[in-house]
Amino acid sequence: MRRAVLAPLRLLAHLVPTVFGLLLATFLISRVVPIDPVLAVVGDRASAEVYQRVRTELGLDRPLWVQFYRYVAEVARGDFGRSALTHEKVTEDIARFLPATIELATAATLIGVLLGVPLGVLAAARRGGLGDHLVRVLGLVGYSVPVFWLGLMALLLFYAKLGWVAGPGRVDIFYEDTLRPVTGLLLVDSALAGNWAIFSSALAHLLLPASVLGYFSLAYVSRMTRSLMLDQLGQEYIVTARAKGLSETRVLWRHALGNALVPLVTVIALSYAALLEGSVLTETVFAWPGIGAYLTNSLLNVDMNAVLGATLVIGLIFITLNLLSDLLYRLLDPRVR
Amino acid sequence: MSVAQDWRTWLTSERPGSRRQARLGEAYRLLRAFLGHRLAVLGLLLIGLLAIAAIVAPLVAPFPPAAQDLAHRLEPPGAVHWLGTDEFGRDILSRLLFGARITLGIVALVTVIAAPVGLLVGCTAGYLGGFADAALMRFTDVFLALPRLVLALAFVAALGAGIENAVLAIALVAWPPYARIARAESLSLRSSDFVAAARLMGASAARIVLRHIMPLCLASLIVRVSLDMAGVVLIAAGLGFLGLGAQPPSPEWGAMIAAGRSTMLDQWWVAAMPGVAIALVSLAFNLVGDGLRDVLDPKQR
Repeated sequence: MRRAVLAPLRLLAHLVPTVFGLLLATFLISRVVPIDPVLAVVGDRASAEVYQRVRTELGLDRPLWVQFYRYVAEVARGDFGRSALTHEKVTEDIARFLPATIELATAATLIGVLLGVPLGVLAAARRGGLGDHLVRVLGLVGYSVPVFWLGLMALLLFYAKLGWVAGPGRVDIFYEDTLRPVTGLLLVDSALAGNWAIFSSALAHLLLPASVLGYFSLAYVSRMTRSLMLDQLGQEYIVTARAKGLSETRVLWRHALGNALVPLVTVIALSYAALLEGSVLTETVFAWPGIGAYLTNSLLNVDMNAVLGATLVIGLIFITLNLLSDLLYRLLDPRVR
Repeated sequence: MSVAQDWRTWLTSERPGSRRQARLGEAYRLLRAFLGHRLAVLGLLLIGLLAIAAIVAPLVAPFPPAAQDLAHRLEPPGAVHWLGTDEFGRDILSRLLFGARITLGIVALVTVIAAPVGLLVGCTAGYLGGFADAALMRFTDVFLALPRLVLALAFVAALGAGIENAVLAIALVAWPPYARIARAESLSLRSSDFVAAARLMGASAARIVLRHIMPLCLASLIVRVSLDMAGVVLIAAGLGFLGLGAQPPSPEWGAMIAAGRSTMLDQWWVAAMPGVAIALVSLAFNLVGDGLRDVLDPKQR
């Protein structure tokens, strides 16, 4: 009973300093920028008087810790400032771009899990067999090939040369902004509206970037599934199950995989978080209008409010996913509880 | 008995007569185990070849890396330009060779900065324990919980694009895992007899950490560092690709891919070749890392 109360508290004790650290990091980054934020407002022709006034207005004459406190308060209110590039509030920009990234990362994870888990199970079942070698090669290549390059080459082959999929962007250009966003996920929105033309266009555009990102998820998930399955297959209950006369299929897919599923959930959550990061490099390649493309675009234009806002949001999602995987692990595995 | 056999019996002796013999014998055993991994040796050969190519690049590169030849722009791979030319008529092979200097330099610098920092933080935390441990590790955990690439991007954006800042940013996000590993090792060492003996002889905490704990943490650290090198190559290339690392005329591989994008549809080799180079190098580092892990740290398999 006491532990049931303590566990969430301990998680909270972990979460608070991490989020605090993230805020501190973004705050410090914003203070080391070589660009003078006052000059950015007043321009370099302003008199010393105007300069001083704006400096006071921006609170830059206060001690650092006061500035940090203000920054945290602003973030807590959901105020990330305005983007110098889009002239919109950064929070609104992010709300507009984030669904595209979620759609991409989710599709990629689905591909990675649906192919990676069976592949990993087969590799563990026949050690040294064809599947095992395949998993090893997929893994090695996945850890070695730059994601942005693989994306470019895939575009070249499957879009430009073979024409199997639609090109860059999220949907064909004449469909853009024709759908009222409900969830922001184009596939869901178009299905809800019953507009199958947009649905198939969005699917054709999603297929390639999701497969490229999904490949990296596949490489990681299959490798982890293999090693988790090998752990399970070495246990005594597997011998018992076989001795009882259960079919090998049942032993493998039900008994061993059933027990490997618990740590596998953690693996999948971590892979989702990694994809979110991978999307930063993928989205620019595919002109995918997500938060990764927003971040890189702002980076190149030194639009610091947008950079820090996007960093903060990606960081928060990352932390949440880490925490969630931890929680799920506790929830699913009674031994940890 | 031949001389070679004499050496082998001396090296593999069960009862080494001196400390040096014991150490050399251990090194010999590790070397034999490592050489047993064919893929790891292949990786090491690749890296060695590349390092040599990088060092002697001015001698072996068929063209100067920045020499423009507008009459021969965007030529496909052929007899004169083995890997083709880019949009300024520069020889891609020569640029790749010179680019190897940048890539290997970044990997070396990041390792030299991040590994000692992680080692020092981890060993200090693990040996001292108590408040120092809690504070240092909380700090490390915060870094570990944040997305590495995104954080590095934000740092570079703040410091300004450029190769020095890219190295700093990558090192800044690379040290936390090393600290974790070093701490775990030190925790198991701090209560061992030889540490207690050193303390009884009056050794200071600094001496114990530096002379007794750190050397023993090295094995697991080397494994992790070598596995991370592939990641460093990829992050550096990513920064270059986004235009935040090495700046254009420089033959950095990621930046070369970015430059080749505009002509990719008709002249695929401009963007393709540097990617192959990146993939080969990080593959080589991965192979070496896997081999080292099996030799130095069989537990982690």
